[in-house]
Amino acid sequence: MTESNIAIELINVDKHFGAVHANDKVNLSVQTGTIHGIVGENGAGKSTLMSILYGFYQADSGQIKVFNKDFRAISSKQSIEAGIGMVHQHFMLVDNFTVLENVVLGSEGGALISESLANARIELTRLAKEYGLEVDLDVAIEDLSVGMQQRVEILKGLYKGAKVLILDEPTGVLTPQESDELFRIFEALKKQGVTIILITHKLREIMSITDNVSVMRAGKMVAHRETSKTNPEELAELMIGRKVLLNIKKSKAKSGSPALIAKNLEIMNEQGLKRVSDVSFEARSGEILGIAGVTGNGQGTLLKALAGILPISKGSIEIMGETITSNNTLNPEQLRNLGVAHVPEDRQRMGMISEFTASETALLGYHNDKTINQGVWLKRASVKANCESMMEAFDVRPSNPNLMSSNFSGGNQQKLILAREFERDPDLLIIGQPTRGVDIGAIEFIRKRIIEMRDAGKAIILISVELEEIMSLSDRIVVMCDGEITGTVNGSEADEATLGMMMANALESEDSLKGAKV
Amino acid sequence: MSDIFLSTVLTLDASVRVCVPLIFASMAGLFAERSGVVDIGLEGKLLMSAFIAASAAVVFGSPWIGLLAGIIASSVLAMVHGFASITYKGNQIVSGVAINILAAGLTMILSLAWFKKAGITPTLNNDQRFLSIDLPGLDLIDHVPILGVIYRELISGHNILVYLAFVIVPMVWWVVFKTRFGLRLRAVGENPKAVDTAGISVESLRYKALLIGGILCGIGGVYLSTAYNAQFVKDMTAGSGFIALAALIFGKWHPYKVLAACFLFAFLDAISIRLQGIVIPGVGEIPVQLIEATPYILTIILLAGFIGKAVPPKASAQPYIKEL
Repeated sequence: MTESNIAIELINVDKHFGAVHANDKVNLSVQTGTIHGIVGENGAGKSTLMSILYGFYQADSGQIKVFNKDFRAISSKQSIEAGIGMVHQHFMLVDNFTVLENVVLGSEGGALISESLANARIELTRLAKEYGLEVDLDVAIEDLSVGMQQRVEILKGLYKGAKVLILDEPTGVLTPQESDELFRIFEALKKQGVTIILITHKLREIMSITDNVSVMRAGKMVAHRETSKTNPEELAELMIGRKVLLNIKKSKAKSGSPALIAKNLEIMNEQGLKRVSDVSFEARSGEILGIAGVTGNGQGTLLKALAGILPISKGSIEIMGETITSNNTLNPEQLRNLGVAHVPEDRQRMGMISEFTASETALLGYHNDKTINQGVWLKRASVKANCESMMEAFDVRPSNPNLMSSNFSGGNQQKLILAREFERDPDLLIIGQPTRGVDIGAIEFIRKRIIEMRDAGKAIILISVELEEIMSLSDRIVVMCDGEITGTVNGSEADEATLGMMMANALESEDSLKGAKV
Repeated sequence: MSDIFLSTVLTLDASVRVCVPLIFASMAGLFAERSGVVDIGLEGKLLMSAFIAASAAVVFGSPWIGLLAGIIASSVLAMVHGFASITYKGNQIVSGVAINILAAGLTMILSLAWFKKAGITPTLNNDQRFLSIDLPGLDLIDHVPILGVIYRELISGHNILVYLAFVIVPMVWWVVFKTRFGLRLRAVGENPKAVDTAGISVESLRYKALLIGGILCGIGGVYLSTAYNAQFVKDMTAGSGFIALAALIFGKWHPYKVLAACFLFAFLDAISIRLQGIVIPGVGEIPVQLIEATPYILTIILLAGFIGKAVPPKASAQPYIKEL
């Protein structure tokens, strides 16, 4: 590899967002004319890194070279001028503009647009032919399919003279057919000497399309590999990383009758995209069912549907003798009355109201309970006593019910929320990311409590992206990838490598590995 | 017959005069909202520029200096709105309401300090006002039946700001739909991220839009105190800024449709004055208040989706915060 072959070089790029260290001294070099994959779990810092390269964010420190020239971007303008184009995960398109207007925006040429549009039409027709990117230029973006919108984004980059094209999770919103089409376009671009950086967490894509791959984990660049000299198993291990197992004593589960039976669930997320399809499982009392998967593979959507926040579009859920279908829905309050407790994934946004006091957070969702509500007014004294007893039971510090919720540490906020849900003696607990952003002491405490609930005969559904957490708590594990269940294992028999492969849905495609592991 | 014809022409003529501040204010709002900033402070800007223009015209003896001063006053308020809602990403409605309150208070205090009268400026003499101009050819066409009356009463005999208002509208249309600035303006109101990632500054675009709005709104205020009337009077805008907002929604943020809405609302205003006290057989006296409330009622019906659909720019009222 000679110097002149390098398109992008990042040296010790560092970026903080407040207390979060999004990029920790990251190094990366990308060869001209290759397809370079960057893999890592969500939140590993891939998108931040590429947004720095695209000038959307500025690095705190570090050096960037583009085609061997020092490069510093204060906005995307400089990046575009340097020949970098980016297709964001959420498209940066104006919905009610035509394709042509969207492409021209930002590189209009003159002060009047009629001439710019005419020139762009000629150039785009040429580009579309050259790369097989045909799209009707006069259609409004909102009338195009997602796959077509992505084409517009690629065309936009090429029109602005991109020699390096960054694509952030490009297949996340595409159908398999559209993905194949996209990969065909990649090949065409590569043939013309365009360098492609592909951000993804799907190992199959990495293996099938890239020349080189770099792995990120928790803000750090942990490995660089030639794709032909690595395998999905190694990449999965690098992505997830080996973590110290917290040692939690756990007796064998005494599984009882099913508390929740999910059959062939199909669920759309808030944007109306199908995130869960044909998912079936059951959760039994006295047992912890872990749902594992890389973030964004449908577990969050599933959790919301189980908690009554999102409706299901197909299939059914049986809870405590009630059957939920697309026509017969139960809202979160009705579910709560059935004995279902929900600890949401996003503590800050759904679990509490940061501007409320601790005692108010401690009654959210149970505000109609007779013990604290007497019709019009809340019983202030009971509200306070209620919170105090929770704080004592769950060791929440400081134990001051009048303190604003936002003033507690993440671990104590989480303990308060768990206390609220656990203390009502539910029969089924749906718990999302119980220890995310929580200090190590609290992690142990929380996990012990979850096991105590199991031993008390409760059914528990645990969704976590921490594989280690799933493995140390669950009695049975269901793995999700792309909205489908890609594997079921007994907790005692689970190992990281197998789960990692299931999470990347790489088992079926790798027959040799399948034979070795199962 | 000729009586009805004449009174129709006169009502239309009155509508044109009432329409002018609505046009300027709604075009100002159009720029702001197309850029994604809600401008509920149009009323305050109209009021402030009306007061400053009248004051400057009295002191310096020229309506043109009044015009300049009014434009500056309104633009300053527009920049205050920008500072709060663009740079500091504050709530745009709160900022706009604050500007309305500020203008109402400042005009009272300043008039007391400068002219020793609360909420009133001295009356402007003809040298200090924008006066009606007779268009050329009036003598020739005056004797032609029907056309003569229309030309004399409706088309000729307005002051320069009235003509400016009707010239501004096609100019706004041209800027918004035919220029690079207009393309970016429309884009930033729909999806500021798309603009940012295209390498264009969202903040600077929005400031420019607000500044243009400040200037236009300023002219509207100047018209009220130095052309339509001959002095500033407390609360003389009487809700024009809000009617202009209603016209903006009614006209779906499109210059020509907004112009039509302004004219409709002005016509309702003019007719309500004419119909005062008139008794219609079987109905009784026409409730003038009902006619005056019609612009708001129509806007609510429109917003409820009964007549077409009013879809505001998508990023309207949202401060732009950079995040993925």
